[in-house]
Amino acid sequence: MYRYDEQDHKLIRERVAQFRGQTERYLAGELSEEEFLPLRLQNGLYVQRLAPMLRIAVPYGLMNSTQVRRLAHITRKYDKGYAHFTTRQNVQLNWPNLEDVPDILAELAEVEMHAVQTSGNCIRNTTTDQFAGVAADELVDPRPYCELIRQWSTFHPEFAFLPRKFKIAVCGTDEDRAAIRAHDIGVQIVKNDQGETGFQVFVGGGLGRTPILGVAIRDFLPETHLLSYLEAIVRVYNQLGRRDNKFKARIKILVKAMGPEEFARRVEAEWEQIKDGADELTVEAIQWAKRFFPEQPYKTFKAGHGEAVLRDQAGGDKAFARWLERNTFPHRVEGYQAVTLSTKPTGIPPGDVTDRQLEAIADLSDEFSFGEVRVTHEQNVVLADVEQEKLFALWQAARKHGFATPNIGTLTDMICCPGGDYCSLANAKSIPVAEAIQRKFDDLDYLYDLGDLDLNISGCMNACGHHHIGHIGILGVDKKGEEFYQVQLGGSANQDASLGKVLGPSFSRDEMPATIGKILDVFVENRQPEEFFIDTYKRIGLQPFKERVYAKAS
Amino acid sequence: MPKPAEKSTVKKTPKAKTIGAQPENPAQLIVDGKVADNQWNLLPLTGEEEVSADNLVAGKIILPASVWLALREALQDRKQEIGVWLDSDETADLIGEYAGELPLIAAHFPAFTDGRGFTAARLLRERYGFTGEMRAVGNFIRDQLSYLTRCGFNAFAFQGEQPLSALTESLRDFSDSYQAAVDQPLPIHRRRALA
Repeated sequence: MYRYDEQDHKLIRERVAQFRGQTERYLAGELSEEEFLPLRLQNGLYVQRLAPMLRIAVPYGLMNSTQVRRLAHITRKYDKGYAHFTTRQNVQLNWPNLEDVPDILAELAEVEMHAVQTSGNCIRNTTTDQFAGVAADELVDPRPYCELIRQWSTFHPEFAFLPRKFKIAVCGTDEDRAAIRAHDIGVQIVKNDQGETGFQVFVGGGLGRTPILGVAIRDFLPETHLLSYLEAIVRVYNQLGRRDNKFKARIKILVKAMGPEEFARRVEAEWEQIKDGADELTVEAIQWAKRFFPEQPYKTFKAGHGEAVLRDQAGGDKAFARWLERNTFPHRVEGYQAVTLSTKPTGIPPGDVTDRQLEAIADLSDEFSFGEVRVTHEQNVVLADVEQEKLFALWQAARKHGFATPNIGTLTDMICCPGGDYCSLANAKSIPVAEAIQRKFDDLDYLYDLGDLDLNISGCMNACGHHHIGHIGILGVDKKGEEFYQVQLGGSANQDASLGKVLGPSFSRDEMPATIGKILDVFVENRQPEEFFIDTYKRIGLQPFKERVYAKAS
Repeated sequence: MPKPAEKSTVKKTPKAKTIGAQPENPAQLIVDGKVADNQWNLLPLTGEEEVSADNLVAGKIILPASVWLALREALQDRKQEIGVWLDSDETADLIGEYAGELPLIAAHFPAFTDGRGFTAARLLRERYGFTGEMRAVGNFIRDQLSYLTRCGFNAFAFQGEQPLSALTESLRDFSDSYQAAVDQPLPIHRRRALA
């Protein structure tokens, strides 16, 4: 993974010193609330319902075990002994003291971490596929490009006060595991007929109160032009994006108002002016970035040997077989598999882990996966490089630490924002809804029979829980001061991305598990063999679900 | 290089627009890292401009961009004492290649969170060859000084009572950078690949 050199260390240290000064001025009353707000946001610090919340950056979701151990230490020393993985592959602390934040940032800087630009109207942490570099279906490893984007966007002097937040995602596979069309810019790695690497560039996607899927404004951008093209897009947006209404300030609104063709024309005109300038990536610069993501020192295994061992073990242990099926992912190297540690056992807020669990993750990564850890946008943790022969041992260890719930990709592997329990923006709580659904659907055989199913919950229309792109999406709404939940069906984050449609009038919290039950019944009754929920939905549409859910009791 | 917007006739009033908060004209400011007396008189946009080249005040003045565009030809012999200020909804191409003949351009920040001026300054410096004083006016804050500098500003006319010499400390918040900008023509990826 990327390692800081002296320049990175210096820049991050200077940032910590800058924020320490700003915090001191704020506490001394020399910096107003209004002025401190965007400064603290750009250092990851929110002020939430109960306490400040600090969002720590995990660039494209990748951490080493030293960093994970430092997080565990920080949660113990400065917080309540737990942390939360977010849908943007970051980590949040829910209870730090504002006065302690400069010290926390200094401790993070020692292990090459920071909280820079994890909030605020600036370019945020770039995200990608959690299986980057190991996926068998990958065209090119996206991580070197993500790192180049990280460096380009970090402390970008021109783009620190954009009209609104700005999110970039990169994907190196056909199956989009990074939801790139739900981002302000989505970068899809492609190859042209000559076999050269380049990018298809999507722009103007986003969730929130006006969910829109990004549209392609360029089908092939040569790889050396990545940063200059991003610069051109953000520059057009910085000049022309709306600033009069924060709900209309995202780039998606500008692209829609202007029309994607006109927006693309302006980007191309700007890019023409700068494409051969200093931002052009040299071949050497790309090679330099790629050196940080070398082939791991994999062992050589005989073809089929690992599978045979696993078949044997799975044959004698149904629980292991389930876990193997749901929580592991094929690896491009013979004899290896990627493992997802589930942070979603029933009764724990999705994405929450304790300090002890963080240390366990660090230990497991050292023992089984070259000391590297990835955070997924589904709020789980991936160990990407596990020998098949060691999966059984890893499974046993993961069970001990509460990470082996074999529910990855199923109904109970929900994406869920912190909601009204923590967040001051939320209209409704989301964690208790997630828990009630997990409790109702705890029969693993039933969950497996349902198959792949994304259920996403957001506590308000800001959509941190990505409800628009869940196969089933749940949105907390406020009705005359009471918490209600709207259900949407048919969203998808994959390459055939789509936004969910609202089923109908919203439900009380108590009604939610039964409502989900009715929706699942319609699916089970109508499914054809091999169909997942989203396939059946796309075939039969919203109506059958609507009729069942809103049927009058007879 | 794109041409600036052409104006064929001298108009007495700029195009009708809502007049927002106008930048102040402080007695002192920071120029090139030091506290200096303000030599320039910034004329706000009043919405009732009846200015012509003949009735303009004497001395060094900073005109609203729309007024300057209308009077540019007529002010040729006062070129060295005429500067221009851009409001935040006015882009650098409004001045375009005329930038080269101006001694001073100011960019107005109606609110410090309005970041359009950062792009305006960079384009004036990097695209339109502006080498004069690039002045920030309005409600920017000291915590933006390092980024403003990177984008090409070298003068900072803070509003209200401010301890100017203390503020200059914030000019040095960062001693290095990742991206290319006005102060550093090579991005870090190029410098590292060369090393």
